[in-house]
Amino acid sequence: MKITLENVEKTFDTFPAVRGVSLEVESGELVALLGPSGSGKTTILRMVAGLEYADGGRILFGAKDATDIPVRERGVGFVFQHYALFPHMTVAENISFGMKVSRRRRSRQEIDLRVDQLLSLVKLEGLNQRFPSQISGGQRQRVALARALAVDPGVLLLDEPFGALDASVRRDLRRWLRELHDELSITTLFVTHDQEEALDLADRVVILDQGRIVQAGTPREVCRSPNSAFVTRFLGDTNHLPGEIRNGRVYVGDIDIAPAATGEGPAEVFARPSDISWETGGPGVGATAIRVIDRPDGRRILAVTDRGHGIEIDVEPDVAVEAGSRGNLRFTRMNVYPANSARTP
Amino acid sequence: MRRRRVLPGFGLSLGITLFYVALILALPIGSLLFKAASLGPEEYWRIVSSGRALASYRVTVLSAAAATLFNLVFGLALAWVLVRYSFPGKRLVDAIVDLPFALPTAVAGIALTTLFAGNGWFGSILAEAGIKVAYTPLGIIIAMAFTSLPFIVRTVQPVLEDLDPALEEAAQSLGGSDAAIFRKVILPLLTPALLAGVSLAFARSLGEFGAIIFIAGNRPFSTEITALLAFIRLEEYDYQAAAAIASVLLITAFVMLAVTNALQARALRYTRRS
Repeated sequence: MKITLENVEKTFDTFPAVRGVSLEVESGELVALLGPSGSGKTTILRMVAGLEYADGGRILFGAKDATDIPVRERGVGFVFQHYALFPHMTVAENISFGMKVSRRRRSRQEIDLRVDQLLSLVKLEGLNQRFPSQISGGQRQRVALARALAVDPGVLLLDEPFGALDASVRRDLRRWLRELHDELSITTLFVTHDQEEALDLADRVVILDQGRIVQAGTPREVCRSPNSAFVTRFLGDTNHLPGEIRNGRVYVGDIDIAPAATGEGPAEVFARPSDISWETGGPGVGATAIRVIDRPDGRRILAVTDRGHGIEIDVEPDVAVEAGSRGNLRFTRMNVYPANSARTP
Repeated sequence: MRRRRVLPGFGLSLGITLFYVALILALPIGSLLFKAASLGPEEYWRIVSSGRALASYRVTVLSAAAATLFNLVFGLALAWVLVRYSFPGKRLVDAIVDLPFALPTAVAGIALTTLFAGNGWFGSILAEAGIKVAYTPLGIIIAMAFTSLPFIVRTVQPVLEDLDPALEEAAQSLGGSDAAIFRKVILPLLTPALLAGVSLAFARSLGEFGAIIFIAGNRPFSTEITALLAFIRLEEYDYQAAAAIASVLLITAFVMLAVTNALQARALRYTRRS
């Protein structure tokens, strides 16, 4: 089912949590709401679920206005951050809860059959009689998903679905959830503060800051053309240098590093560690290495430019550099924004 | 090999605890049972199964059960309101709940008698409806309910406060009605606390004395509670009979606490890890 948000607003006491958010999630799409804490992403998700009412604007499911439909009639599956499994019920009882309280009467066999189907869908066959305290975090998460899917929701909503899990479990579950989504193609909206998770899983990423959408697009679009200093910083490690645009060229200090697309005057230059190369000769911004960190896939150089700006560069594993080495920085890719538009995420 | 403990002071604290448990709990109870045992089985049985004693058990246990049932409903409601809603005067209400603990029970008994006597504020109104409270079993129930109310409120309140709101939201998102959520999610999670409160309230009601004797009328075979009967024997210098009757109360309370403990363990079985 398609979800449409039209200019949705929400204020808690005097704090504006969500300010005029409009968004369309196509039927069958998997969309991530990505943002730092306090950006309003969870509030948006809760308003879509009906766990919170919007102060302004409309929320539509398909063509139907769902803004004032209470949560229990909205037909959404919601997976809570800490799963919110009923601790006194077995896995099977948790999953069948929605079917048992529904107005539609189902026979016992029908419910048992559906529980078994769902358990095999989430790869937890045979755990029917366990209590939530007796299974692992990753298993609980899948039980919560099965419970949400049991009521055949038109929309699936997940709040920080992997937030409480170990890094290795997290990656496996992420890939698994993507496969499951492709199999069920149910419209899914999930909230995360982890950019890697959003980029890994979603068809489209919606980046939020201070209750507003900053940028929305496919992972490729937001990674390759972040539209602001905030997005650039939020999506991953980046170096920030003050620069200047003069006569259509970008300068850092007095060094001409690239042609400029627009504007004139002071600018903020952002470049990812892998978008800078460490050269021992030729032109470039002068810098001194302070420390070199060796990693499985390369080396990271922590350096200071001659003007005193800290910078981090990723280089190939075989590059010879050590603390105290002098080098010149060459920029292969960068994002340049007018000065004073940068906000730290 | 001696197992090493991380927490210090185990020996000392356990020693002190056991010493005090022995001194202030086990010793008096033991001497009571010893006194009762000195009667010999036939004499003991004759005293504890006399018609007057049996009638006193009946009124005590039934009244305590009724008072506990009343407090189960009312105490849960009170805890619910205190945890879930905020309203002016909430802190005052919260403080008043403990009053039955602080008030000398005799004072409570006199106050309740004054209110519920035929010419009292409540009593005169109830009398018009044909309901007599003072000097009837109903009065006993009210006195018991008054003194044991805090037990249920104070055991349920913290559990209710810790209940994750996401559980109810999850149940709502799955289509559960308010009644279904209360019955299937909230109540089962409160059950262990409710059982603990019920057992404490019931045990307290069984042993309550001061608040009841003023309002009960204390007619043998109808409104005479067991604790009073023991007291009457005491005043007659029949210490052994007093101890015998008291031992029945003691054993009843003990059995009841054991049963509720078992029920509680059952209700909490989901917390056990495999």
